[in-house]
Amino acid sequence: MHVHRFEKLWIGLSLVLIAAFIGIVLFGFTVMDLKVPGVETGETVDPATVLSEGPFAQPGVRKISDDHYEVYMLAQQFLFRPGSAQPLTLPARTKITFHMTSPDVMHGFEVPGSGLNTTVIPGQVATLTTRFPEAKTYGVLCHQYCGSAHHNMQAEIEVVPPSEFDESNLIAQ
Amino acid sequence: MTFVDHYPKAARIVKANLIVAFVALGIGGFFGLIQALHRTDVFRGFVSSVQYYDVLTGHGVLLGLVFTTFFITGLYQWGVTRTLEREPESSAFSWTWFWMMVGGTTMTATAILGGLVPGSGMSAAVLYTFYPPLQAHPLFYIGAALLIVGSWLAGADWFWTYRKWRADNPDARIPLQTYMVIFTWLMWYLCSLGVALEVVVLLIPWSLGVVEKIDPLLPRTLFWYFGHAVVYFWLLPAYFVWYTILPKLSGGRLFSDPLARIVFIFFLLLSTPIGYHHQYADPGITLVYKMWALIMTLVILLPSLMTAFTVISSMEHGARQRGGSGYFAWMGALPWGQPAFVGCALAGIMFAAGGFSGMINASLNIDMLVHNTAWIPGHFHLTVGTAVALTFMAITYWLLPQLTGKALKFKNLALAQPYTWFIGMTLMSNALHRQGLAGVPRRVAEPQYAGIDYEVPFGTMAEMDWQVAIGGTILFVSMVLFLVVIGGTWWKGAPATDVDDVIPPALSGPEHSPKILDNLTLWMGVAVVLVLIAYSLPLAEMVMDGLFSPGAFPAPM
Ligand code: HEM
Ligand SMILES: [Cu+2]
Ligand SMILES: [Cu+2]
Repeated sequence: MHVHRFEKLWIGLSLVLIAAFIGIVLFGFTVMDLKVPGVETGETVDPATVLSEGPFAQPGVRKISDDHYEVYMLAQQFLFRPGSAQPLTLPARTKITFHMTSPDVMHGFEVPGSGLNTTVIPGQVATLTTRFPEAKTYGVLCHQYCGSAHHNMQAEIEVVPPSEFDESNLIAQ
Repeated sequence: MTFVDHYPKAARIVKANLIVAFVALGIGGFFGLIQALHRTDVFRGFVSSVQYYDVLTGHGVLLGLVFTTFFITGLYQWGVTRTLEREPESSAFSWTWFWMMVGGTTMTATAILGGLVPGSGMSAAVLYTFYPPLQAHPLFYIGAALLIVGSWLAGADWFWTYRKWRADNPDARIPLQTYMVIFTWLMWYLCSLGVALEVVVLLIPWSLGVVEKIDPLLPRTLFWYFGHAVVYFWLLPAYFVWYTILPKLSGGRLFSDPLARIVFIFFLLLSTPIGYHHQYADPGITLVYKMWALIMTLVILLPSLMTAFTVISSMEHGARQRGGSGYFAWMGALPWGQPAFVGCALAGIMFAAGGFSGMINASLNIDMLVHNTAWIPGHFHLTVGTAVALTFMAITYWLLPQLTGKALKFKNLALAQPYTWFIGMTLMSNALHRQGLAGVPRRVAEPQYAGIDYEVPFGTMAEMDWQVAIGGTILFVSMVLFLVVIGGTWWKGAPATDVDDVIPPALSGPEHSPKILDNLTLWMGVAVVLVLIAYSLPLAEMVMDGLFSPGAFPAPM
């Protein structure tokens, strides 16, 4: 079987392109510090009891250390708890770990401008860790179709300077 | 004398399949127009924002699943009959699979459209991905299962013809078109098994209330086991056209038959084990599998890049046969006044752009910047929505005279159609891509939020909305042109005298390639092993804690 010289060259260039994209992903993980759900393995929970048992029975912010807070958040038809009724306040430049699940259907969690993006699946806990670089208000939206009022499902995250972060609303560990 | 005279039985089956495909295209295309105007807030008078999701389900199902499947079964019936030179073995059997697919489609469509009729008591606004625990009317799932099983029987029909042919031609190489049909369908059997299991074992019993709760991750994973390969199920028939017909339309011949075979083997092997790339953003799937999907997905670029090479060099060969010369000037010698050629060529150009945005999607963490944003429909309207759909429309201009014995009517409209599609899609798709970069979500009736100020990297939001709305309108007009040309030819076309239906053999034929390329058992075996490697562990993990748990209750829409 004869393969033309140009075709060999083309296949060679294609392999270089493929390698380049693998390189870009490695660059994304190391230099750009992009987050992918599933890197921090979450656990499973029972969607039928998640509202009454375990940490999601009391969604909100908990303190792990001075430099690390975690947020237990519920995405449910058609709001985020916390975040929808009142903005979720978080300190800037501090390590924040989100744990998210849903008691009803699948939802999405997207924070435009922050790179935070995950599917929220009943029965699974999605875990993402980030540091918000500066004090700023972010919008949150649901980008996984979840029912008739899907387009109304939104929330706000208010990132404040660490010195102004009010710890009185934290949930006790 | 053309196809319809030689093979009247097969011609009837092909035509029946195409009619269903074009009805689905017409309704689905109208829904597309509604979406383009509604999302952008240019006009919201057709449906309410709640009904938007019924419309969107209809659009995805009718275009993504029904239009494609019926066109493909029609096209492939034509290819098998033509290259093996045999009518179907049993008309009764052929009509059985056809009506089974039609029955399934009708059930599913009834459930979806029921959502737009107040008081029908029926609804299926679960989108074409139907992730539970959102629950549709049982007819939706039963119809989907029938459509899939019908398509399996269609494949069985072609294998039947193939075996008869093989008995008469024990040493011949499989003709290229039949080879492509067989490899597409081997892949289809392998991948659609996932969605069939999902629907029959999990969703139908659950929607009928036999079991109460469902584990959302398992069906979702089974769906994407099918859901990536399905894009190749759409694409390979377009490749079938580009490899076997487009070179001839350009005035030349296919460069290399063996390379085409190798490309199809690649797709059989690699299409299915990479479904996780649709679950990059999912919890519950570990990074190891996401990395595997990333690498395999990038490797599957290779056969597409090889296709680009072969198709372009075959077109160049054709252009030079027509008197073209120079480094690039030969392109001017291509038949830019022939609708079938123009449609396929423009589809190919858009596919190159779609391939590029697809590489971004494939890149695991970069994908997190665009996952589930408008970028994604921006991407796949270039691939399935143009590379596939426009190729199908264009090749119909060439096929219809062979199937009906009538000459194409309204040639000027037919020529305008691919150009208008190209313009409409350029507007709509570039704007959707850019909106996605700004974070605008897909699958949302009203992506304008009080608390969100999208940071737009290039252009303005208003300009992009207008491009989506105007582009969508032009696309809709283009689709109407297509239906007018087809309908006109079918009903009013004058009898054709000499129909152009000859496909010259490849410059380098199959005799120059190793026979192992035609070893179906071997390649199917390797494909199964690759799937087992990719899927057995994660699926076992999800099934081990109980088929239906962690269970969630069905939820209203
Ligand atoms: C008349 C031309 C078309 C127009 C104006 C159009 C418009 C649209 C728009 C605006 C969306 C995004 C809706 C949203 O995410 O909220 C969409 C989604 C989609 N389109 Fe099209 N489209 C057209 C043709 C096609 C064709 C030919 C195909 C495939 C053969 C196709 C397949 C799809 C699919 C699968 C979706 C995704 C549905 C979902 O997210 O559930 N479209 N279309
Ligand atoms: Cu939602
Ligand atoms: Cu895919």
